[in-house]
Amino acid sequence: MPNEVKAFKPKIVAFCCNWCSYAGADLAGTNRLTYPADVKIIRVPCSCRVNPMFILRAFQRGADGVILCGCHPGDCHYTSGNYYARRRMTLLFSMLDYLGIEKERTRVEWVSAAEGAKFAATMNDFVATVTALGENKRLEDLRCKE
Amino acid sequence: MQGMMISRAKELLQDGTVNRVLGWQAGEFVYDITPAVFESAEELDAGFVYNAFCGSNLSKYLIKETIKEGKILVFLKPCDTYSFNQLLTEHRIDRDKIYVIGIPCQGKTSGEMLKAKGISGITGIKEDGDNVIVETIYGNETFARADVLEERCRTCKSKKHVVYDELMGEEGEVLDSGRFDMVAKLEAMTPDERFAFWRSQLSKCIRCNACRNVCPACSCEKCVFDNPNSGISQKAAADSFEENMFHIIRAFHVAGRCTDCGECSRVCPQNIPLHLLNRKFIKDINELYGEYQAGEEAGSRAPLVNYTTGDVEPSIVYHREGK
Repeated sequence: MPNEVKAFKPKIVAFCCNWCSYAGADLAGTNRLTYPADVKIIRVPCSCRVNPMFILRAFQRGADGVILCGCHPGDCHYTSGNYYARRRMTLLFSMLDYLGIEKERTRVEWVSAAEGAKFAATMNDFVATVTALGENKRLEDLRCKE
Repeated sequence: MQGMMISRAKELLQDGTVNRVLGWQAGEFVYDITPAVFESAEELDAGFVYNAFCGSNLSKYLIKETIKEGKILVFLKPCDTYSFNQLLTEHRIDRDKIYVIGIPCQGKTSGEMLKAKGISGITGIKEDGDNVIVETIYGNETFARADVLEERCRTCKSKKHVVYDELMGEEGEVLDSGRFDMVAKLEAMTPDERFAFWRSQLSKCIRCNACRNVCPACSCEKCVFDNPNSGISQKAAADSFEENMFHIIRAFHVAGRCTDCGECSRVCPQNIPLHLLNRKFIKDINELYGEYQAGEEAGSRAPLVNYTTGDVEPSIVYHREGK
């Protein structure tokens, strides 16, 4: 039997703000724009709902990349949530990089409800980046592996 | 210094300014000094100790103490005063119930360092100028203080008390001690080297929670790691992921509030350089959001509960130099 090498398909978790990116993803769908099915969207009420633990948990449970999408700075539904999220994620990503975890596995993008095209383009780009990096080994939990 | 402190504490107990004293007493070993509360002159005479081994930061103990009746006297070293201010900022301690005496500190001696130099059977320690004289059952040994300092004292950030009611000895200065040098060195490594470094360090963790319990910034009544649903509450880490997660999240929870007192590294039984995680956050905050020293000023707003509309984007992490 020939050895079949399965092409690597990354698992991507996308935390999307209810008020913008989640609607942006919807718009991408209604516009028939394609983005990989590897992206699993988790809806959050605001980008600042995302606790650093969420990001780590996603990696633990098998994600190869985690992306956080929120409203553009200045457009937060709750006035300032995304400003706090911006500081938190900057520091968290910097810390992950400091620990030697590939910095390309995490990303923050601001996507509004009108930017379906940007949503699809961002996801295509991010999935391509993570596919190139390969499986998440450095922040994996062996007990959670299939 | 110890004598001066005891006599001043007795005076304050006598005139009723305070009804108890928070200080240090000898622990199981002479180099293992523990914080203690003294309620009378007799107790002070019997147990109060202040010497080069008194590394512990007393500020955190005030959280429990200021709930009680009456005013308490506390002796704070310069770095402890930063933690004190930070706890005031967070409304964890009641300033009106505390009488602070600032005491000078030339840096504390590390029991571990002495052990590494082959010293055993320690019975006492004396300070003499720039030297420390370690008394052991085999005789006295003299060391240059700089050679046997605690890791955190070698990169002391300040000899200045930022808060006190009364000062003993001379006031010092804020120092520029290159405390971020090691962080910068790690930053200059490749990701693979950094990963190898941190795996070799964090894999030593036995999850004793000493770093969390001693940390003046970790003062939550109920810690996220005590949550039975967290999956990692009160047990040894079972996987490299848990080791990483515990330390990333712990450092993150104190980011912007950590005064860099270095207690985490001092108490770590596995000698993990935990202060390097905290200093990374401090360094990032300084570089990205402007210089900020937690605890320097009571009531200052921590960087993570603040923002400006012009903050850098998280993508800066991909482009920073030396990464």
